Amino acid sequence: MRDQSRWATLVIAALVLAVAFPFYRAVAGSLTPEAQLFGGAPLWPDPPVLYHYRALFTERQFWLPIRNSLIVAGTTTLFCVTLGSLCAYALARLRFRGKTLLLGAILAVSMFPQIAVVSPLFLLLRSLRLINTYPGLVLPYLTFAMPLTVWLLVGYFRQLPAELEEAAMVDGASRFRAFREVIVPLALPGLAATAILTFVYSWNEFLFALSFTLGPERQTVPVAIALFRGQYQVPWGQVLAAAIVATAPVALLVLAFQRRIVQGLTAGAVKG
Amino acid sequence: MPPTEPRGAEAREARLAWWMTGPAVLTILLVALFPLGWTIWESLHLHDLRMPWLGRPFVGLDNYVEVLQDRRFWDSMAHTVWFAVVSVSLELVVGCALALAMNRTFRGRTLVRLSILIPWAIPTVVAALVWRFMFEGLEGWLAHDLKAWVPIILADAWKETPFVALLLLAGLQGIDPSLYEAARIDGASSWRQFRHVTLPLLAPAIMVALIFRTMNAFRVFDLIYVLTGGGPGTATEPISLYTFNSLMQNLRFGYGSTLSVLVFLVTFGLALGYIRLLGRGLTETRA
Repeated sequence: MRDQSRWATLVIAALVLAVAFPFYRAVAGSLTPEAQLFGGAPLWPDPPVLYHYRALFTERQFWLPIRNSLIVAGTTTLFCVTLGSLCAYALARLRFRGKTLLLGAILAVSMFPQIAVVSPLFLLLRSLRLINTYPGLVLPYLTFAMPLTVWLLVGYFRQLPAELEEAAMVDGASRFRAFREVIVPLALPGLAATAILTFVYSWNEFLFALSFTLGPERQTVPVAIALFRGQYQVPWGQVLAAAIVATAPVALLVLAFQRRIVQGLTAGAVKG
Repeated sequence: MPPTEPRGAEAREARLAWWMTGPAVLTILLVALFPLGWTIWESLHLHDLRMPWLGRPFVGLDNYVEVLQDRRFWDSMAHTVWFAVVSVSLELVVGCALALAMNRTFRGRTLVRLSILIPWAIPTVVAALVWRFMFEGLEGWLAHDLKAWVPIILADAWKETPFVALLLLAGLQGIDPSLYEAARIDGASSWRQFRHVTLPLLAPAIMVALIFRTMNAFRVFDLIYVLTGGGPGTATEPISLYTFNSLMQNLRFGYGSTLSVLVFLVTFGLALGYIRLLGRGLTETRA
């Protein structure tokens, strides 16, 4: 038994190091003077500099993609959690014909490869003059975010004891009022976890944002970073600084809500 | 449920259910299913946005015939399959070891959870850039047809293995500990316990992780777009990237849609397997 747990500790230590090393290289790289960044950056920045971060917000106007990402991911999340919670409650608790079919269909849509709908969405958005606009990103984002939200919330609502709204209904409340006044307040932690997952997925999305934007004024963070160009070479210092800045919000969310996210993730993928 | 309630209540419940599911279901129909149908329709046309004077004539299955003779299509398909097989096997083996270890240790839980969640949560674009940065310092790797796969697969494993471990850990925690007790009393070695207790009982979780990951590996896009751009040349171009280039660079919407339909069909097959696996959970009203 002693032996086994030592083996396990070793594996875990290897995991933590393997995960941490690329992060370390990215942070170190973002603090390294530009001239040292080509042909093998040093492991340790000497001297560490902050000018890549400064350039990011002065020369690159990096606040622009951050603002775009916040607006697009935020709107998508709000929309999905509002409509999704209604739908998920009905799927989790109400009895009606076609429920299983609907659940299966939603799960199937959540697995659509995004590339399968890029061409019609582009043509549709073009004819609606929505290319390079915020709605032109939120609308496509619903294709993956809505089924995901519904699916996660169904799992969550099923875990709540049914006696709660039954008690409210015995007291004369309608089913919908029971949902609004009993279930929703109780489900707030689950709704928050779902909102975080939806937000993270939308914040990270790349293919749609790349296909449906034309320039920096509407590009989201991942697209802006991927398309960073210098005059001659990739400006690695700024790219890595941007990578750190783009990671910070999701890392903070994960830090704050780690336990809930793990529950949401495993429930979404493993359980029905 | 016993059918003791009056019919009216039942009908009222069903009506409420349709009102509540309506908005979300309509949204999904509008933004996902309708475009999918459009893709299929588009794939039966010649539609080249660079040559608007050609219009959009119906050409039947011509695009599909062209795909079958398209060398770049078969190459990108082979790249995708090769990437999926190598990266998913690597992730499953390492993820399994990690899950077993996590199931044992009790110290440093928070650190472990963060090591798992952060790679999963960060944008794929960021992961790809960091690995490209690390390999750009190593002369010649990104410029070599085969060696360029190394950073791609490492980056994918780095980002996805923790998630696989998380799925498998959930499976491990569902195994009744008294089974190990019984095996130990029978004198089974740790290897035999793993082989005859853990592995068979973990099989459903492994299948879920396998299909889930294969599906995602099959539509790999962000990672390769940023890491190698499909290069050198088209040596690391996966099918999603070829489709994207046909659509958004060459503006061949008919042909690109045909490629899209093929990607969809393969993923759909994998998804069907996945849903069938989850089938039992779906029909049960309560977990």
